[in-house]
Amino acid sequence: MKGYRVNIGLEVHVELQTESKLFCNCATCFGAPPNTQVCPVCLGLPGVLPVINAKAVEFTISTALALGCQINSFCRFARKNYYYPDLPKNYQISQYDKPLAENGWVEIKVKESVRRIAIQRIHLEEDAGKLIHGDASENTQERNLSLVDYNRTGIPLMEIVSHPRITSPEEAYQYLITLKRILQYLKVSDCNMEEGSLRCDANISIRAGTEMGTKTELKNMNSFKEIRDGLTAEIKRQSYVLNEGGEIIQETRLWDSKRKATFSMRGKEEAHDYRYLPEPDLLPLKISREWLEKLRSQLPELPSSRHQKFVEEYGLPEYDADVLTDSPELADFFEKCLKYYPYPKIVSNWVMGEFLRLLKKEATFINQVKVTPAALAALLKELKKGTVSIGLAKEIFEEMFLSGKQAQEIIEQKGLKQISDQDSLRDIIDQVIKKNPRAVNDFLAGKQRALGALIGQTMAMTQGRANPQLVNQLLREKLGFK
Amino acid sequence: MKKRIEQEEVRYIAHLARLQLSKEEEIKFARQLGKILEYVEKLKEVDVSDTAPTFHVLPLFNVWRKDKTGVSLSQEDALSNAPAKRRGHFQVPRVI
Ligand SMILES: [Zn+2]
Repeated sequence: MKGYRVNIGLEVHVELQTESKLFCNCATCFGAPPNTQVCPVCLGLPGVLPVINAKAVEFTISTALALGCQINSFCRFARKNYYYPDLPKNYQISQYDKPLAENGWVEIKVKESVRRIAIQRIHLEEDAGKLIHGDASENTQERNLSLVDYNRTGIPLMEIVSHPRITSPEEAYQYLITLKRILQYLKVSDCNMEEGSLRCDANISIRAGTEMGTKTELKNMNSFKEIRDGLTAEIKRQSYVLNEGGEIIQETRLWDSKRKATFSMRGKEEAHDYRYLPEPDLLPLKISREWLEKLRSQLPELPSSRHQKFVEEYGLPEYDADVLTDSPELADFFEKCLKYYPYPKIVSNWVMGEFLRLLKKEATFINQVKVTPAALAALLKELKKGTVSIGLAKEIFEEMFLSGKQAQEIIEQKGLKQISDQDSLRDIIDQVIKKNPRAVNDFLAGKQRALGALIGQTMAMTQGRANPQLVNQLLREKLGFK
Repeated sequence: MKKRIEQEEVRYIAHLARLQLSKEEEIKFARQLGKILEYVEKLKEVDVSDTAPTFHVLPLFNVWRKDKTGVSLSQEDALSNAPAKRRGHFQVPRVI
């Protein structure tokens, strides 16, 4: 895309993980039967009054603080008017001229360089309902219908709007990953994209000079990867249009992940005219200094400072710190383990290696895992003592992971203790030497590699329980090498 | 000051509100809405240069509730006023 500069702005919608909705007592559980978490308030029946959920405000302020925003000491809600079946009141309670917070940033790393992506505003609003359109249905009678489930209506939604100063799809991708990680550390949302807890729209324009180009809005991207792909495709399309002497039309385009291209919504586009007006049913909010300071003091350690600590205090490579701080749960697991076994790189290798491998293999989550950090530490101590070989330790760990048993218990139950007893090993080695005359001759003829085969045989005969260093030493002795 | 509302504006607002108006209604509503705006215009005669803007008539802030769930409607009750329903959903004409 040479010759053009890119401007991308992202709007991220985050469902806050409160128990109840933003303005009523209805629950917010995902996957409940349709229209069972609704009440007169969130259905927009006449004569009801919304009351703000304080927790949602608190979550939004905590996020704003973590993103370095200014929190407005005074804010209010507004009605955004539009007519669509997912909105039972025909207006969405949102914020307009006085949002909760403005002017923050997210620091991202792209190819080793650090950039700050500026955030324009953060506000709080209610989510809309879920529509199921006819074509998704097998039922031919439903082809011309849309069905509405209002369970999602009124769930607190935090909107984080970046300035349109993101300069590439890769930057957008890194921004989203970093932002999501911060939100997970703050525990304000589960950020589950499949369940719609985190959604993102993009606007994008390209320019050759200093003047901003006409932007298009990009929707229908269901993962961060799709967002990156969608933006890349849209930049290509816009470049092509401009190169051919055409003009970019301001419109909403949908990403089609199958065809790997963006398509105009055609005709559906109307001038956004939401006729915002102050919400008369809600009283304004005053955010006191004391409250802010209290929330600030309760902020958890954020990914960036944790990452720094992992590199500087624990001496871990950048890569390890990246992986381990990816989620607060993983970072916690690592640090707890370190308490019992203070060798950061060894613990890191096990957590990044075996632990993550099993987590993925068993498709489970850290907070559901049976093995505790203390148990892993105990296994690592056995390994260090030489009770078990590394290969065995991995097998034992897998069983610990699946059963929740302690390392000691498994070692004793299965007689897995490493054979470090020289006499019993010598017997086995004698047998191995007898059975493998070729390898022995090769080794004696100077082929060092042949020794490896003999060690392997010995390990196999002891089901991996032999101490490999000892086997090596004894074999060499037997064959006349010291 | 006379506030005039053009028929075209009525049509536009009706479209935003998904209302279909007849020609006669457009003319009638243009006249009526004009009158309403004209009446409200009177407020402009009041000198408010020394008055602080009011966001809400009540001098209250931070009226909120704890994050506690309560009882919701049953699906049957929730759908009881719906002109059409299907498989636990409100049914509407296809929108996309
Ligand atoms: Zn409700």
